[in-house]
Amino acid sequence: MKERLQALQAEALTKVEEAATLSDLQDIRVAYLGKKGPITEVLRGMGKLSKEERPVIGELANKVRETIANELDAKKEKLEAAGLEKRLEKETLDVTLPGRPVQVGGPHLLTSIVEEIEDLFIGMGFEIKEGPEVETDYYNFEALNLPKGHPARDMQDSFYITEELLMRTHTSPVQARTMGEYKGNKPVKMICPGKVYRRDTDDATHSHQFTQVEGLYVDKNVRMSDLKGVLNRFAKQLFGEDREIRLRPSFFPFTEPSVEMDISCKVCNGEGCSVCKGTGWIEILGGGMVHPRVLEMAGYDPKVYNGFAFGMGPERIAMLKYGVDDIRHFYTNDVRFLQQYHKA
Amino acid sequence: MFVSLNWLKNYVDIDNVSAEELAEKITKTGIEVEGIEYVAEQSSNVVVGYVKECEKHPNADKLNLCQVDVGEEELQIICGAPNIAHGQKVAVAKPGAVLPGNFKIKKAKLRGVESNGMICSLQELGIEEKYVPKEYADGIFVFPEDTEVGADALSLLNLDDAILELGLTPNRSDALSMLGVAYEVAAILDVPIRLPKEDVEQSREQASDHVSVKVDDPDLNPYYGAFVIKDIKVGPSPLWMRNYLIAAGIRPINNVVDITNYVLLEYGQPLHAFDYDKFGSKEIVVQRAKQGETMQTLDDQERKLSSDHLVITNGNEPTALAGVMGGANSEVSNDTKTVLLEAAYFNPAAVRTASKDFGLRSESSNRFEKGVDPNRVKRAGLRACQLLSEYANGTVLHGVVEFDELDKKEAEVAITTSKMNERLGTDISNDQIGDILRKLNFKYEQDGEQFSIQVPTRRQDISIFEDMVEEVARIYGYDHLPYTLPQGASQAGGLTELQQLKREVKHYFEGAGLMETITYSLTSKDRATLLVSPEVKESAVTSVELAMPMSEEHSTLRLSILPEMLASLSYNVARKQTNLAYYEVGTVFVSQEETVTKQPDEKLRVSGALTGEWLTHPWQQEKKEVDFFLVKGIVEGLFNKLNIVADYKHLKLEGMHPGRTAQILIGDVPVGFIGQVHPTLQNNFDLKDTYVFDLDLDYLFSIYENEPSFTKIPRYPSITRDIALVVDENLNAGDVETTIFKAGGPLVKEVQVFDVYQGEHLESGKKSLAFRLLYLDPERTLKDEEVEESYQAILTAVKDEHEAELRG
Ligand SMILES: [Zn+2]
Repeated sequence: MKERLQALQAEALTKVEEAATLSDLQDIRVAYLGKKGPITEVLRGMGKLSKEERPVIGELANKVRETIANELDAKKEKLEAAGLEKRLEKETLDVTLPGRPVQVGGPHLLTSIVEEIEDLFIGMGFEIKEGPEVETDYYNFEALNLPKGHPARDMQDSFYITEELLMRTHTSPVQARTMGEYKGNKPVKMICPGKVYRRDTDDATHSHQFTQVEGLYVDKNVRMSDLKGVLNRFAKQLFGEDREIRLRPSFFPFTEPSVEMDISCKVCNGEGCSVCKGTGWIEILGGGMVHPRVLEMAGYDPKVYNGFAFGMGPERIAMLKYGVDDIRHFYTNDVRFLQQYHKA
Repeated sequence: MFVSLNWLKNYVDIDNVSAEELAEKITKTGIEVEGIEYVAEQSSNVVVGYVKECEKHPNADKLNLCQVDVGEEELQIICGAPNIAHGQKVAVAKPGAVLPGNFKIKKAKLRGVESNGMICSLQELGIEEKYVPKEYADGIFVFPEDTEVGADALSLLNLDDAILELGLTPNRSDALSMLGVAYEVAAILDVPIRLPKEDVEQSREQASDHVSVKVDDPDLNPYYGAFVIKDIKVGPSPLWMRNYLIAAGIRPINNVVDITNYVLLEYGQPLHAFDYDKFGSKEIVVQRAKQGETMQTLDDQERKLSSDHLVITNGNEPTALAGVMGGANSEVSNDTKTVLLEAAYFNPAAVRTASKDFGLRSESSNRFEKGVDPNRVKRAGLRACQLLSEYANGTVLHGVVEFDELDKKEAEVAITTSKMNERLGTDISNDQIGDILRKLNFKYEQDGEQFSIQVPTRRQDISIFEDMVEEVARIYGYDHLPYTLPQGASQAGGLTELQQLKREVKHYFEGAGLMETITYSLTSKDRATLLVSPEVKESAVTSVELAMPMSEEHSTLRLSILPEMLASLSYNVARKQTNLAYYEVGTVFVSQEETVTKQPDEKLRVSGALTGEWLTHPWQQEKKEVDFFLVKGIVEGLFNKLNIVADYKHLKLEGMHPGRTAQILIGDVPVGFIGQVHPTLQNNFDLKDTYVFDLDLDYLFSIYENEPSFTKIPRYPSITRDIALVVDENLNAGDVETTIFKAGGPLVKEVQVFDVYQGEHLESGKKSLAFRLLYLDPERTLKDEEVEESYQAILTAVKDEHEAELRG
């Protein structure tokens, strides 16, 4: 009987080995382990055995069952895995086909630049101030030391609405308004970005509407070297640590002394090229020490307070940083232009 | 201002610096050099030649065959210029010469005859046509008779010059003169300055016997000096003077005119020469013009004058527009024998008015407008007399006939070294300041660290301490200022809540797939009133217009961002970019006045416009056109973000689709609209279906609450019930929703439309709306009965109010 059981086991394991499908396995399971199977039959015939033999054969029979069942399970798992593999094989995609596009929006390049500038100055303790685009002649000019008839008003021919109202020509009136708001008795540290307007015919380098970011710092004991230090830090953060700055004397009615700031040309590293017209320097912004009359008109005593101010054009900065060659691109909103700078 | 370096050399020694170095130094010290022009940099080998013989070319009518002595040799040259003649001294480009434009001169044969070089016109030598004296405009240039044969013609014509172009800021009008530039360069290079000759031999005859001067309004004309110069011979001015004028951008005319222009450039003081015999009287009267009076100016234009204009008259009629332009009747001509020379100081504002009114911007008016140096007016007159005597055979009559109430005092400015250093952040010594003042040619008295400075009147821009701070700093060098950071108490910078919110709104729309635009605030009158949201229209009495627009296109302030945005879409569609989704945050300008006198309200709004396809996935044949509900979804997303609940109701708005436009309300407050642009308007912009939205951000921000209160996460399960209703096809789902909420009671937390159907199996004129209701009580588990009760109440209510039947 023992031999019979061992032969059954060997026979069953061979069949399991040979089985190719799950239904083959099921057949084997029924054939060998079922109620009518040979092992059950062997067990049934155990009554003929001696008392001593019975437990030995019983144990063997159970062991054979168990071995066959284990092998069946193992084989089943194997076949199932292979089946899954096969199915997945069939599900293969052409991974080179294009994906489903996602609608991507993004900020206008000028917004990106303005926000970058804002954030740099916020990091230096400045706040952001905004003001009206339609200004009074007083705030746009007079409060900034540009009385009526001043020759420098020529520099910024303006869009007037009435004799006293005009489209602001710079964001400096926001400075005058903020100083007024602070009533001459606390420091001012602000940046004012915004749209400004001048009587220019639109062409590659002129736009009747453009953007400005101006800054103002008023406090006790402000030095011109502070202006130089702050602008230097700003320029290096915006244009790269390897850029140098230089200040040149200039003229603005609302500052004295006045400066213009250049940065060393990135294209030629200061050697001189067509971008910097051979000078090695590129003009970035204007500024200076706030004119005592401007402080006075805003209610700050110039004997106690002084300060510095500066202003720059994000369009110009964008043109330098990204090589935009025509200022009109900023306002025609060509989608191919707008899309280019979303990674910027 | 164009500065010829050859001319400048007459006043300051600049031989030790190159043009580039000098330009760099001037720029860094305060006057921007915008360019350096080397007049004829590449030219070479052009000499003075003497035309010994000049005959017709045997084979060509218009050509001449010349034998030209060029010093070392004689050249046979064929010349086509009409003014070539025997005995002339001319500019000869010898074989091997190079002319501007890298034009190389070679030996050649012209119609069978050999030509060994070229006789040149000024244009061929690189001088711009408009500066070439008229007599040489159509031919070759002829040197004065006494010119040495074989001499370097390029240097005689000043073509070896370098010209600096100065970009002058309005404060530096002192540099509108060669002397002013010379003072600047003297300070920068620390070299002495040489002043021109002003002394002239005067005849015994008194000028005052020939002319008198009367000034009506000393404020407008505080100084008027008249000189009389007899025996004038009008002719060409000396070659060097013509050269300098050309270099400065002025065309030479004749010696008298050239001398006044030369002195204008040298001193920065405009002068005017009248023909004394044509002046019409012996008295000069300076006065305001009579209202409506006319005069003919030098350019032969009839000018209509008003009392705003200052004129020089002969007592009867105007002979010059003061500081702007002379009159035609007293113009100097070739026959002029006696010159009446004016050197005056005219009020800057008066000259500006006249030059603006007549559109006459001249070298003269420009200088008067900025204010000339009071101490140089008379000296310029004397300088011109000296030159007229030397180069126009003039006899200068004794004395200047003048009216003089001009303030010629020098400004006094006091500075102290310590205050200077405090302002600059520097450590400049007393001696350094003294040295800087000496370089600037400023007189001063020093007492320790106290300086009392006499500012020369040529520097009208310096009157207060801060002006001197700049003056000292720029000569000291801005490069030498240290880098420091402000020492004041530091404050935390940052965005205000509204600024932060604005950025978040922009980020929301960008995340939703829209691209930001920036369009013009100034639009056309028609566009300004297009697609204006009802609540804006209600408060805007008028659209704000510019007084003097440059074009109709940009004449009016916008009341909506949308029209210019549609124009942007249109621009793109014309360039085959048809799938567009734009938004913009910006202000519109609302005036509540019939006639604008006050600043308009500037309202912050966000607008968007979408057209074309939204989702496309070509190889899977997926395509979705932009539609109302896409745009509405985007707007709803914003409201969700801001924690705001909005209602939508049908809106009729001009320019919008009558059935596909909704007004947006928050409570009872209208905050904007959403919908499809009217097909007619779409057509006008060449657009296909386009959907837009426009929202009042000021209002949304005003009701936004930053800190949303915490809502407990419910611990008890919710129950959902679906309900499908057959209703009239014109009924709004929103109305049914309102009824459901009202009838369903407080347990109904959400109502969501999940199906809208119209068609087969439904009566025509009907549609089916399916809602999913969500019941919840956060405090306990719901009972089936109470949900059922609410459900039945809803059924009754929708039947009563909307004749809605449960769909079978
Ligand atoms: Zn460069």
